[in-house]
Amino acid sequence: MIREHPLFQLALARMREFYREPEAVFWVFGFPIVLAFALGLAFRNTGPGKLQVGVAAGPGDSALVAVLDSSPRLIATVLDSATARTRLRTGRIALLVVPGDPLVYRYDTTRTESGLARLQVDEVVQRARGRKDVAAVRDDRVVAPGSRYIDFLIPGLLGMNLLGSGIWGVGFSVVQARQKKLLKRYMATPMKRSDYLLSFILSRLVFLIVEIGFLVGFGWLMFGVAVRGSLATLGGVAILGAFAFAGLGLLVASRARTIEGVSGLMNLVMLPMWILSGTFFSYSRFPDAMIPFVKALPLTALNDALRAVMIDGAALATLGAPLAIVIAWGAVSFVIALRIFRWR
Amino acid sequence: MASGECFGLLGPNGAGKTTTIEILEGLTPQDSGDVEILGTPWHEGAAGRALRERLGIQLQETQLADKLTVEETLAVFRSFYREAHTVNEVLALVELEEKRRARVATLSGGQKQRLAVACALVSKPELLFLDEPTTGLDPHSRRQLWEIIRSFRAAGGTVLLTTHYMEEAERLCNRVAIMDHGKVIALGTPRELIASLGAEHVVEFALIDGTPDDVTDALRGLGGVTAVRPGAGVLSLTVTELHRTLPALLTLLQRRDLELSSLTTHHATLDDVFVALTGRQLRDT
Ligand SMILES: Nc1ncnc2c1ncn2[C@@H]1O[C@H](COP(=O)(O)OP(=O)(O)OP(=O)(O)O)[C@@H](O)[C@H]1O
Ligand SMILES: [Mg+2]
Repeated sequence: MIREHPLFQLALARMREFYREPEAVFWVFGFPIVLAFALGLAFRNTGPGKLQVGVAAGPGDSALVAVLDSSPRLIATVLDSATARTRLRTGRIALLVVPGDPLVYRYDTTRTESGLARLQVDEVVQRARGRKDVAAVRDDRVVAPGSRYIDFLIPGLLGMNLLGSGIWGVGFSVVQARQKKLLKRYMATPMKRSDYLLSFILSRLVFLIVEIGFLVGFGWLMFGVAVRGSLATLGGVAILGAFAFAGLGLLVASRARTIEGVSGLMNLVMLPMWILSGTFFSYSRFPDAMIPFVKALPLTALNDALRAVMIDGAALATLGAPLAIVIAWGAVSFVIALRIFRWR
Repeated sequence: MASGECFGLLGPNGAGKTTTIEILEGLTPQDSGDVEILGTPWHEGAAGRALRERLGIQLQETQLADKLTVEETLAVFRSFYREAHTVNEVLALVELEEKRRARVATLSGGQKQRLAVACALVSKPELLFLDEPTTGLDPHSRRQLWEIIRSFRAAGGTVLLTTHYMEEAERLCNRVAIMDHGKVIALGTPRELIASLGAEHVVEFALIDGTPDDVTDALRGLGGVTAVRPGAGVLSLTVTELHRTLPALLTLLQRRDLELSSLTTHHATLDDVFVALTGRQLRDT
């Protein structure tokens, strides 16, 4: 019986059309994983690296190199003044030590690395000349779970994926059906308009489960990215996000008659969110004046909520504010889309 | 239209056939006038959907989803109707059983058209709308579609179809309306329309050295000629009795030392009706 329901049949047709299109499958499922893999490798936390420092050629240079090299965190090289200048400028060395009395440290004060090198070099040099530590200290090294870049990235990619598949998945199908006059043909049957629109939501729901499974599963297997909150909460947040973006997709596709026309609109809608919504880096880097605007975007709100669940283990009840933004976007776009939708 | 009849809308490209049929289908709002289908005008909402349950519609421009198979496409369409043929039944009606698992993209033009008609038939319609169902098909596929339409009518169905092909209308339709520039310019049974020409035969011929002006008048004087129409290099005569007029024509040409480059005759068709009414050829080809 349910198999014969138009909503079921339309959703089934939608899914078949999707998975029979290999390009679409790659962009929705493959691409985020490729991104996660590449970025996860490039920005893996390997602990503090060694700092390259230069020693200007001159009397006493080799003794100084020996002292500096004794530190496990420094690699020192003797350089003539011309080479030293270019290496310092291009960042190949963090700091140049010029032997003599007084010893001169030459470095760029705006570079974090150079600041570190200044502290490290000075400590080794002073100790070699006999300075004693006066306070007893002990290092307690911790690696906080969820503090790595990949932990930040995976929820962001999930949000971006929900945005992309919602807007592309819904937008292209609707406009293609309209362009090929299939929509008009459906209007010549007793099909209910609501069934047509709901079929997009339903098929998104099914794909959503696969999308989450893929990305979260990959993060967990490959990089040990854990979901600290409950999976049910994560699913709930993702469903709300998927609904909101399906609504936005319907809105974007509500009038356009051609694929070219709708592609432009989709980019117009998605580009700002790709840049601003904190998928790849925290949006707190934007000027304070922009933050309220950035926070009002649905992807920002969704990313915040996903991160809260995955990294901080937040419960659904504490996510009221970002989820309200997500729901509002979805509901408003859906209602507008319904009113202005071009059915022929 | 009467129930049980096959009504044809004929006309050249841009005559307004699609516009007319889509107004009747309730897909395009009319600028003026009233539309009544199966006894009721079009309504929004549930009443409109109830009316659609009883119609079968094939649109001229629709391209069905490429990625779905034949049976999947039919399953989608049948799900819209409360009472419908099963996929198997409708596949048998249009003889597409062996293509049931083929993707729509891989079907030939004729098979696609039959699938489009199958989507229209799946609702067990009382009234079937077909917009140029055979345009662009080869003679064999065209005949297959004619058969489908015939058996639909034999089961009591009513059909409204549009076409460019006069021959098709003559064979399938009880009544035809010939359209041009959005207006019906002739309406009747194909026989009546042809009879309105006043003659049954058409003679077309061309002369090697072109046609001298005064020949046209001489031709009008021949016995049995009801009309003379000079076309582009070709002269066309409508004649009542071919066996009398033809020898007279040949003698006339011989006497005036004019040599024929071509000569054809045929029974008058709806094509000739259209030419007589508009002075233009129906088919652009
Ligand atoms: N009654 C009318 N009055 C004014 N314009 C009309 C009328 N009917 C049709 N038109 C216009 O004529 C154009 C062509 O009409 P339509 O598509 O219905 O032609 P058609 O006969 O189906 O042609 P084709 O054989 O190419 O499919 C359209 O732009 C339509 O708006
Ligand atoms: Mg047409």
